[in-house]
Amino acid sequence: MFDSEIAQITLLSLQVSAIATLISLLIGLPFGTWLALGDFRGRAFILSIINTGMALPPVVVGLVIAIMLWRSGPLGSLRLIYTPIAIIIAQTIIAAPVVTGLTAAALEALDPRLRQQLLGLGASRGQMVWYLWREARLPLLAALMAGFGSVISEVGASMMVGGNIRGQTRVLTTAIVLETSKGEFGTALALSTLLLVLTYLINLALTWIQQRGRKADWQSAPRK
Amino acid sequence: MIEIRKLLIQRNGRDALQIDSLDIKHGETLAVVGPNGAGKSTLLLALARLLKPSDGGVIFNGSQLARLDDLEYRRKISFVFQDPLLLDMTVEQNIALGLKFRKMPKEEIQARVWSWIKHLEIESLAKRRASQLSGGEAQRVSLARAFVLEPELLLLDEPFAALDPPTRAKLLEDLSALLAQDNRTAVFVTHNLNEAAKLSHRIAVIVNGMLRQVGTAKQIKSHPADETVKAFLQELPQ
Repeated sequence: MFDSEIAQITLLSLQVSAIATLISLLIGLPFGTWLALGDFRGRAFILSIINTGMALPPVVVGLVIAIMLWRSGPLGSLRLIYTPIAIIIAQTIIAAPVVTGLTAAALEALDPRLRQQLLGLGASRGQMVWYLWREARLPLLAALMAGFGSVISEVGASMMVGGNIRGQTRVLTTAIVLETSKGEFGTALALSTLLLVLTYLINLALTWIQQRGRKADWQSAPRK
Repeated sequence: MIEIRKLLIQRNGRDALQIDSLDIKHGETLAVVGPNGAGKSTLLLALARLLKPSDGGVIFNGSQLARLDDLEYRRKISFVFQDPLLLDMTVEQNIALGLKFRKMPKEEIQARVWSWIKHLEIESLAKRRASQLSGGEAQRVSLARAFVLEPELLLLDEPFAALDPPTRAKLLEDLSALLAQDNRTAVFVTHNLNEAAKLSHRIAVIVNGMLRQVGTAKQIKSHPADETVKAFLQELPQ
């Protein structure tokens, strides 16, 4: 495997997983907030579905998306099977429940009177939600990290809907599977190390952002 | 300023508060006393429009509360809870919060925040994060955050209940001075009749979700309206 090919696979892995995580965030943040702050019938049922969704097996997601996008499937005319977009769709379905569920949990962990306090200070609904997100920013960043972690490391869905096509849909995890099946353990190990280092660096950056607030606290004057 | 008429609030399927008639005049401080779970906080939440009445209602400056715009009304009032509920930011930013919600110009926010920081003698805390404050300091900041809004109606829900007696006495004194000097309309919920007497013009006694009596501390002590009020007074620490 050439260096340029590894670079292309790495870049595609990062692009696909970053886009899927971003879309999951755009879905999961408002949906999780609605679930956490809402008071309606069926809320517990929806939460239980979301929590189950957090443990969705990627191969099952891959299978369902493959059936949908298959040439003869209901969405076959879109010609998305074996494209990076198909991988993004599958990864979004994997990450969205994770972000939604952890967002709901993060906001539910806040003191419920904080909502009343913000409204009592004259906050609009939008301002209240913004400041609740701000208060829960540490667990919300953890939700983002968990969402990204769930897709950068998955292989089943990417393999099934992407097809592991060289130069087109091959990502790090599917490349590792392929190299292992060929008995190229050295290459597989090198790719695995690369995946681990990348995941570590991204989480390191997010953790650094997450812990900045706490550090500021430690550096301030001690509690009286 | 506030007229409560045939107000009924139901919570979790039961009547949490019933008030036939209660008026609060402009510039008056009304203390609300009663045992735990009597409906005192429910009254404050209803006055803040954070709870909707099942029946009857509240008239605010001649207008039915239910007909006023929610946000517009809530920006005329301010709420202080038993716990300070400060946000994870500096004291100065916490105090500025309500003004930011109202989209006030930055310079004006700064001037008003600092005027109240000085008023409540918390200059040394201004740049500290809320999480580094003691209970008394945090509640002082919470008072500044409410007063800085210069609300038409101030709602205080046992703001000093969690504090130690000396801090409580000092804050009570300061709050009493602020309310007198400002001529601000306030409703103050407390367990403590002496605290109520010191701070308020009149006291409303609520027991088991019913308003039983309204009067001065002296009137209530000397002529309790009924046996329920009498029993409540006897249970209070002297």
